[in-house]
Amino acid sequence: MSATLPTRFELNGRPVEVTVPARTTLADCLRHHLMQTGTHVGCEHGVCGACTVIVDGAAVRSCLMLAVQADGAKVTTVEGLSNDESLTPLQAEFRKHHALQCGFCTPGMLTTAHALLTEEPDADRERIREVLSGNVCRCTGYIAIVEAVYAARGAYGHNPKVAA
Amino acid sequence: MKLPPFEYAAPATLAEAIALLAAGDGNAKALSGGQSFLPVLAFRLASPSLIVDLRKVPGLGRIDIDANGVRLGAKVRWRDIGDDERLRTAHPLLQAAIAHVAHYQIRNRGTVGGSLAHADPAAEMPGIAVACDAQLVLAGPKGTRTVPAAEFFTGALSTVLASDELITEVHLPAWPATRRWAFEEFALRRGDFALAGVAVHYDPDAEGRVTNAHIGVIGACTRPHRIAAAEAVLNGKRPDAAQILAAASAAAEAVDPPGDLHASADYRRALVATLLERALTRAAQ
Repeated sequence: MSATLPTRFELNGRPVEVTVPARTTLADCLRHHLMQTGTHVGCEHGVCGACTVIVDGAAVRSCLMLAVQADGAKVTTVEGLSNDESLTPLQAEFRKHHALQCGFCTPGMLTTAHALLTEEPDADRERIREVLSGNVCRCTGYIAIVEAVYAARGAYGHNPKVAA
Repeated sequence: MKLPPFEYAAPATLAEAIALLAAGDGNAKALSGGQSFLPVLAFRLASPSLIVDLRKVPGLGRIDIDANGVRLGAKVRWRDIGDDERLRTAHPLLQAAIAHVAHYQIRNRGTVGGSLAHADPAAEMPGIAVACDAQLVLAGPKGTRTVPAAEFFTGALSTVLASDELITEVHLPAWPATRRWAFEEFALRRGDFALAGVAVHYDPDAEGRVTNAHIGVIGACTRPHRIAAAEAVLNGKRPDAAQILAAASAAAEAVDPPGDLHASADYRRALVATLLERALTRAAQ
């Protein structure tokens, strides 16, 4: 039993170790202890989706997870979607479709969409809308975001000849 | 806001987890997926001195299906229920109801046991447990006990679960292939908590008359419950339009919904009638 805990996990492909108070959320651990500020914190109670990261392949809200619960996990943040300075196909579609304005929600949109298309490259617009319903954007009205995600499907193995 | 400070333990066995809860003397709380409990902490509605994380406790994540029904381990997640092909026939009502739970990211972590222990009156899992006569298995320092879902929930966010007990599984009775069913809920936005919801199932006899009617309500109540008055209107009758309307109005009369800034009591009462009419119409098709 302890109030401060050493926690080890894999962050964007490299091992990290931090010692944090137990009450530290994964979101705050990423931002304040590991200085990875791409993950944004909006509501801090699991409503807005801005803090979405990918833990062991599944999109989760990093404000609704303690950092210590990530011990031993593989965590991917928006910083980990691209290996270099170039945009991923999903990010390029966001740019092409003007799927962001202020950009606050964008890291959560990208991580959520990346997890979705990795699991379901044939997701249709309705499925994309359903999944993105957990991410709040106050600028765009969502249409451009849905179109960007839809357009990125080819990069994730979507086969237009097989799926309707 | 930031979570209040607490100590943390992640025991490797159920017995250790229970011992830690017992030693906490009411100030220790169990953590499963955390999708309800972390918001409770963030709102400072609870400030436990110790959090007992169940993530290392083995054997609570199974979905077992046999002739006796469906057993859901406490750590089964919403997405596990959605992804399980067997449940399409083994418990279609469960799958249909759970499809309404929250959002993509929360469905990846939220658990059956966590939702039952949290006992939000608008939550789908407690509603299905009550509407389907489920039994909850609770483990404590003196062993396990089995509690019917109808007796488990005592009010909003209140249950008979003792501070040193854990839910280990919920057992839903076997689902006959000929059973008719429907689930309907209304929320202001997709994934939000329901203002009202109804779960319906019954077993038609050879003449198409309703037997064994079960009607459960969520949202328009302080705890999920069956609506006996509406069930009585249906039992022994053909579920035609007139009978369905009679059951819907009996339900609206029987419920005692709270009013808040999201919806008045009258509005929720009217919703119960509308949703039940829709559900019964769909179940009868």
